[in-house]
Amino acid sequence: MDQDLKQILRHYRNPRLARNILEKIHEIAKDLQVVRIMHVCGTHEWTITHWGIRTLLPENIDVRAGPGCPVCITPASDIDSAIKLALDGVNVLTYGDMSRAKGSRMISLEDCGARGGKVGIVYSFMDAVKLARSNPNQEYVFLGAGFETTAPIVAYSVLKGLPENLKIISSHRYVPPAVGLLAESEDLAIDAFINPGHASTISGMKAYKPYFDEVRKPMVFAGFEPLDVLLAIYMILRQIRDRSPKMENEYRRAVTWDGNVDAQKNLREVFDFDDGYWRGVAIVPKSAMNFKEKFSKVDARKIYGLASGKGDHFPSNARCAEVIKGLIDPPECPLYMKRCTPATPIGPTMVGVEGTCRIWAQHKIVGVKCRSGVCKIDSESSPRTKGMLKEG
Amino acid sequence: MNLCYAIPGKVIEIDGEIGVVDFGNGVRREVVLAMVSAKPGDYVLVHAGYAIKILNEEEAKKTLELYSRILNLVEGR
Repeated sequence: MDQDLKQILRHYRNPRLARNILEKIHEIAKDLQVVRIMHVCGTHEWTITHWGIRTLLPENIDVRAGPGCPVCITPASDIDSAIKLALDGVNVLTYGDMSRAKGSRMISLEDCGARGGKVGIVYSFMDAVKLARSNPNQEYVFLGAGFETTAPIVAYSVLKGLPENLKIISSHRYVPPAVGLLAESEDLAIDAFINPGHASTISGMKAYKPYFDEVRKPMVFAGFEPLDVLLAIYMILRQIRDRSPKMENEYRRAVTWDGNVDAQKNLREVFDFDDGYWRGVAIVPKSAMNFKEKFSKVDARKIYGLASGKGDHFPSNARCAEVIKGLIDPPECPLYMKRCTPATPIGPTMVGVEGTCRIWAQHKIVGVKCRSGVCKIDSESSPRTKGMLKEG
Repeated sequence: MNLCYAIPGKVIEIDGEIGVVDFGNGVRREVVLAMVSAKPGDYVLVHAGYAIKILNEEEAKKTLELYSRILNLVEGR
């Protein structure tokens, strides 16, 4: 009998299955040194934190959150540009979280809205198009952030034709070169990667091949249910144990080798892939999706002469950059849950729902214990992180 | 708004490039289907109002089978 997909997906949260995979993970980990695994997607961080996966893993398995939050890595200079336009009377549209991220002068689009700037929130780029179309006498600029999951939406709409009164600041970033860069970093010393499930539905696994060939570290493409992540960790440890690094696909129901070829074609047609700054991280080669010359008439950077600068511009004493890179855990920042909270976010990692600080704060994680280079959540001081396996 | 997340939903009807997608619990939304060639009944991953991928039901089952195999390995020790 044909099972509905929703029914099948329910099993991806089965505590009994999870316990058994964990047992397998512990068994392999016994014979391994410290293994540092990095993921680069805010939703993976949410899954890992929400289901308490870190507290269930063996002591020597360290899962670190890398730069997987689009709002966090959007350059402060782009936020500054959008703020300037909004204060000059242009209607600036963006996604909700993006409007709360602060630029270099520590004000956000939302703050500037309170000072008379014209700022609107949209759920989808489609809404921006509709809005511009129904108000032809108004000037609109969309601040477009996000990875290759989000960028094809803009590319597709640009190819179809935008209303004359809608321009775009493209802050879109492409993940594969960033994983390449992180994999080479000696400071981070990452042994393996959980690659982003949804971004990879677009890029396909093949986009990571050149970077994998360079570093030969395990890369497993994973889904977002707790069992997806556990299975990905198991696959990684198995590769490390067998000394046979591979690109492996755990998220076969969504990720393929080739990805969404039409979407890739649209991206390549509309954008140049330039070297581009990721806030808190670095200039990542060939990762910034900027409009090609022939689409200049939708490119707000060209039309309004906006600078595309760099520089971290984080609040003083804040350690956002180290959190974004996965070098430290949020409780190691002196501002975390003191001056910087979900209600009063100071750094971008506390703003975005995909920001590591925001996710940890929502789950009331306040302490970490570090031993021989591995930091673990202190579950005594963070009672809500006991893991998914207590039930059932 | 979650910029790297996509939510699975079932395509109910299609009108040109726009489809109605059911996300369960009575939540239905208009979704742009231009980037995938979905038909009614398909499950799609929806990101910011656009379907980015048709979900593969067979593969979802296979991954679960893989879990079960690992499970058996553990229990069969």
